[in-house]
Amino acid sequence: METSLKILGQTMIVVPIGDIDHHTSIALREKIDKEAVRENIKNILFDFSNVEFMDSSGIGLIIGRYKLMSANNGITAVCHISDSLRRIFDISGLKKIVHLYGNLDEAINQIQLR
Amino acid sequence: MEYDNEMILEMSAKSRNESFARVVAASFAASLDPTVAEVADIKTAVSEAVTNAIIHGYGESPKNGTVTLKCGILQDTIYIEIIDFGKGISDIEEAMTPLYTSAPEDERSGMGFTIMETFMDSVEVLSQPSKGTVVRMSKKIGQRDI
Ligand SMILES: Nc1ncnc2c1ncn2[C@@H]1O[C@H](COP(=O)(O)OP(=O)(O)OP(=O)(O)O)[C@@H](O)[C@H]1O
Ligand SMILES: [Mg+2]
Repeated sequence: METSLKILGQTMIVVPIGDIDHHTSIALREKIDKEAVRENIKNILFDFSNVEFMDSSGIGLIIGRYKLMSANNGITAVCHISDSLRRIFDISGLKKIVHLYGNLDEAINQIQLR
Repeated sequence: MEYDNEMILEMSAKSRNESFARVVAASFAASLDPTVAEVADIKTAVSEAVTNAIIHGYGESPKNGTVTLKCGILQDTIYIEIIDFGKGISDIEEAMTPLYTSAPEDERSGMGFTIMETFMDSVEVLSQPSKGTVVRMSKKIGQRDI
């Protein structure tokens, strides 16, 4: 899976391209965690514009990053989720712990206002 | 059961086959003319069951493990079975409880069975410790009210 990471102050924007499943989530997690430590990241924003599919491995990945970020009073946010991803967010309870935004600009603005 | 159409796929218990398996199941279901949402439901449920077979059934050493995916279509319903010959499940009821996971250290959330049950019409699990596990699911296509 191709993933781009962008750093904006203490916020990391993660843009995965492709399906998030058990196979792809392992490398994605390593990439995020390595960079988060190196850049002293406080907040994570996932831009899911290019993710059509995510299963429970993605839930585990997001909850794991949520725990890391909230340990430093940071937040985990997600934008651009498709209808099928939204169902996963609904039934897993993810929508209760992550901040959901419609688009990237809105998400970045809200995070920077905090 | 006498199906109108059926297929069997046997694959190595390797994580890269998770996407292969769900795409095969979704392609097979295409003759029922499912909606985008129905296709996503089938893909997700198959992905959950195949992933479970690989990570829980065969665990860390899936050396010679195989996972079998069987799909059958009868009228407007797709029937799917995912079979492994791994370690099995001793307490099926506990395993199917939402949020139950035997692998929290691997960042599993215990949502796999809950997702299968939410996205499919029926989910049935047969398992025997050290013999393996069969997950049987079905979904009627064309109930456009969901
Ligand atoms: N094929 C299988 N073989 C052996 N044990 C299984 C199998 N499938 C599921 N289990 C057991 O059932 C439990 C619950 O499965 P479920 O898919 O709901 O959650 P999970 O896989 O632990 O987490 P998640 O699916 O959210 O990543 C697993 O933790 C495992 O102990
Ligand atoms: Mg699972």
